[in-house]
Amino acid sequence: MNAPVRRRRRRLPLNVLLGLGLATIVVAVAVLAPVIAPFDPMRMAAGPRLAAPSLAHLFGTDEFGRDLFSRVVRGAHLSLGIGLAAVVAGLAVGGLIGLVAAFAGRLVEAVLLRVIDLLYSFPDTLIALALVAFLGPGLVNATIAIAVSLVPFYARVAYSLAVAERAKPYVEAARLAGIGSGRLVRVHVMPNIGQSLIVMATLGFSSAILSAAGLSFLGLGVQPPSPEWGAILASGRNYITKAPWILIFPGLAICMTVLAFNLLGDSLRDLADPRRTAPQRAGA
Amino acid sequence: MSAPTVLALDGIRRTFSSGGRRVAAVAGVSLSLARGETLGVVGESGSGKSTLGRIAVGLERADAGKITVLGQQISTLTGAARRQQFGHCQMVFQDPYSSLNPRLTVARQVGESLVAQGRFTTDEIGDRVAALFEKVGLKPEQLNRYPHEFSGGQRQRVAIARALAPNPEIVVADEPVSALDVTIQAQILDLLADVQESEGLAYLFISHDIAVVAHLCRRIAVMHRGRVVEFGTTDDIVRDARHPYTQSLLDAVPRLGRRRTGARTPPTVFPSPSEAERMVMVTESHGVLVV
Repeated sequence: MNAPVRRRRRRLPLNVLLGLGLATIVVAVAVLAPVIAPFDPMRMAAGPRLAAPSLAHLFGTDEFGRDLFSRVVRGAHLSLGIGLAAVVAGLAVGGLIGLVAAFAGRLVEAVLLRVIDLLYSFPDTLIALALVAFLGPGLVNATIAIAVSLVPFYARVAYSLAVAERAKPYVEAARLAGIGSGRLVRVHVMPNIGQSLIVMATLGFSSAILSAAGLSFLGLGVQPPSPEWGAILASGRNYITKAPWILIFPGLAICMTVLAFNLLGDSLRDLADPRRTAPQRAGA
Repeated sequence: MSAPTVLALDGIRRTFSSGGRRVAAVAGVSLSLARGETLGVVGESGSGKSTLGRIAVGLERADAGKITVLGQQISTLTGAARRQQFGHCQMVFQDPYSSLNPRLTVARQVGESLVAQGRFTTDEIGDRVAALFEKVGLKPEQLNRYPHEFSGGQRQRVAIARALAPNPEIVVADEPVSALDVTIQAQILDLLADVQESEGLAYLFISHDIAVVAHLCRRIAVMHRGRVVEFGTTDDIVRDARHPYTQSLLDAVPRLGRRRTGARTPPTVFPSPSEAERMVMVTESHGVLVV
């Protein structure tokens, strides 16, 4: 019964394929990092210092003779972990704030919106920086800071989706049925905005990874010698003329990851067309 | 009129402000609805008829005025009691596409008000929903389907079943057929008439189409710019319209055999709202707003 729909799905557009493919590679590398990396990323003098890329050291080595390929591969592990944790936490808190703002009455709505607007007017990196300055540098604190910096964004997204839904007759009809706001949001609103929220979460993922790299580059996030991409960039910048590969490969890794998740987010958004993803009939 | 009044609206006002402009959507409307009766509310878009309907079911709050549902004045109630009293007022929306949740089976949506009441078991709710489905002419095997599997007319049947589920006394039908094909319109209107008889419902039937209203309703209120400009029995309104706006509405009904030649009726200038207006009774049942 859905033959034409299925056929259309099979022929995915190029950007979808590219996003999906790159994201799959990045995720696979992150998950399989211990297997892929030929050296211990922390092991000094795994090869000569500042060696150019070669067969033995695909991405070359850094100032301590550490294998850069192993470090970049392990960095994927760290970056994706931070990104995932920050997005999940930011989405949960931001989404809750947005939904509460949309459904808890006018006063709550007005207050929450002002607070969100206030936070949103700061660049999110600035919020993350201020928080790290307050909490102290480190992996966990950087993740918390990035999560908090994402909250205003997700709150706004969740709020605007919820408000669009709030005005729809089916929500009003559910209200007439006499159910409370909690059930209204859970049963009626959430399933209808969940998809869009997850798409937006994917878009936030790349910005979280970028923030993590930025914080580490400034020495506020993951601390050396951990092979976080931003941290590798920071330590390599003194050797930019002598050993540019220390900067090129982690930089490319960041670019590729951000590109992958931006493409993935964009194509998910396109695919989230409700007519194509309408739930199939349960049972028969 | 012997039947008791189930819904009384008294001096209802509602003003919206947008961009610094204040628009009185409803500017002092009083209506009453008796058990089992159908009151038609006609008017053009923007006349405030939909806002009035939304106020009558509690979706919108009135700025001023009294709403009495089954003898209980709503403004004296708060929270859950208010919601419960408004539970006697249900609504059928205009657009059967956006008024159903695309992600829930229709059975769940019809049963939602029964779940909300919290005094039925899942089985009881299932039985009741199945009975409602039969009542509105849907098949039992359609219970667990999703809205996108239904046609517009079937969706409106689901919406009617949903409105009937909590056993309401009053159903506000806000343009319930204007989004449907003409052939389906008659079926839905017949269904509304059938369930009205079997359930003893009172309808507040909101429409821009005076022909549909005249066909369905015994009494009509004509709204214009937030006020009721004329009310009366269908006969009063159709045969003896006094207000220029009512006359222009009747004039606008297309009729077979009437020639659209010769001089066109000049555009009517309707009296704008003013303090000097008052309702004058033409007969016991027929009132018109005059300056």
